[in-house]
Amino acid sequence: MHAWLISDSPASRLQASAGRAYRASGMLLRNPLAVAGALIIGLLIFTAIAAPWIAPESPVGQNLSNRLLPPSADHWMGTDELGRDIFSRVIYGSRITLMIVALVAVISAPLGLVIGAISGYFGGWTDRILMGLTDVFLSMPKLIMALAFVAALGPGIENAIIAIAITAWPAYARIARAETLTFRNAEFVSATRLLGASHSRIIVRHVLPLCTSSMIVRVTLDMAGIILTAAGLGFLGLGAQPPLPEWGAMISRGRVFILDQWWVATMPGLAIILVSLGFCFLGDGLRDVLDPKSAGKS
Amino acid sequence: MTTAISLDNLDISYSGNRVVQGVTFDVAEGESFALVGESGSGKSTVLKAIAGLAPEWTGGMTVLGKPRGHGPDKDLARTCQMVFQDPYGSLHPRKTVDAVLSEPLAIHGLGDRSERIEKALRDVGLDRRFRFRYPHQMSGGQRQRVAIARALMLEPKIMLLDEPTSALDVSVQAEILNLLKRLRAEQNLTYLLVSHDLPVVGFMCDRIAVMTKGQIVEIAPVTALHDGAFSDPYSRTLYAASGG
Repeated sequence: MHAWLISDSPASRLQASAGRAYRASGMLLRNPLAVAGALIIGLLIFTAIAAPWIAPESPVGQNLSNRLLPPSADHWMGTDELGRDIFSRVIYGSRITLMIVALVAVISAPLGLVIGAISGYFGGWTDRILMGLTDVFLSMPKLIMALAFVAALGPGIENAIIAIAITAWPAYARIARAETLTFRNAEFVSATRLLGASHSRIIVRHVLPLCTSSMIVRVTLDMAGIILTAAGLGFLGLGAQPPLPEWGAMISRGRVFILDQWWVATMPGLAIILVSLGFCFLGDGLRDVLDPKSAGKS
Repeated sequence: MTTAISLDNLDISYSGNRVVQGVTFDVAEGESFALVGESGSGKSTVLKAIAGLAPEWTGGMTVLGKPRGHGPDKDLARTCQMVFQDPYGSLHPRKTVDAVLSEPLAIHGLGDRSERIEKALRDVGLDRRFRFRYPHQMSGGQRQRVAIARALMLEPKIMLLDEPTSALDVSVQAEILNLLKRLRAEQNLTYLLVSHDLPVVGFMCDRIAVMTKGQIVEIAPVTALHDGAFSDPYSRTLYAASGG
């Protein structure tokens, strides 16, 4: 199997791409931080899928006789002001976090990628107009703009996702444009044009694949910021609405008791830190593997 | 004999700066014609204008008897292809040889892809083992063979060669030149070669045009490279500089 994967003369398309993936994953596995990050993200995904089986109690079931209990064997992370088990809420909250992160990435990364690639490839007026638009979005702080959008669209998790996605794409457009500029005059692009390929075919089949690796790195590194923005919106009451167990909203509720019942705000905060760190580690590791500019330095 | 390429008083500019002026020559079908000159003399620019990569030109240009438009076009792609100087830059770094060679077939909707690719690899003397390799797994000469195979995928009549060997080692240069010479004989191709290397031109071509400062100063038969029978003073300097 190993020999088949690292063969330098693969016999099929499948073997060639499998070999490339194998080599990349090998490099990723040699990077301890990346492995730690991947494990944390894996844990997040597993928790989100298996939440009903892991969580000992319902995330929304109230029990007012168990209000604000400290962490114990019964309630690993204590209970909140309505007697809900914080551990169960954190577990279910991973679903919301994962959904936000995944949807924001799915919306904003392709949008930024396409806008940046078109802008960089055509240059001239197309570039000026698209980059002007991007600059307008970039010039405002992310959280403030997300706040404005949520305020306009109305609070709620879907609107929070849309707002974050709208604020996230300009950075990706900038990266994709910069990448595209480095090879839009490359001979392989000229050669493909001479074969009779249309501009859209060149952008989709030849330019975008070269932008994706740096994009994956950047999106992974931005995940932490996205989680924090989502938590920030939740904290301000503009993201997920009660009784949804969103981590930012949970911290916001715990703020009232932070001096006497520290665990109410701390536990979801720890979850946010852990997941953000996981994405940062994974992003750094991916950059070492995928980014051709840093390759060969280590 | 029909004319493959005919240029009549061609001026070429890059964003308003005229870099080539008054270029006139005809290349007959099946002929191998060379443009020689030092760097910056505009010889590659002429090639780019024919290919459609330097669209700012005025004057007359016909390819196989048909007037040529200003950009690259899909019909021309079937008759006229180009091989670039740098085999490291002319192949997409993330695509296998197979993907590179199937691209022209996909663009033009041609079938029998697997057979055509295998045939093209055989034609340029590459083993089947190379079919699913990435460019970084090949040497410069092997990459240049892939680039030549890509140009031949659409079975063109005319090949534009932009210093096809200048980025390669001397030993590999000879292999590629032999390959190009053999392909021309086998497929009855017309070559328009750009080079600053007079021995290469002497080996490959029938006629040469000497360019300097964006103009053609002389068109001579290739025998001039052996006996030095150039009439223009610049050509004589160039000839003397190459040790002729």
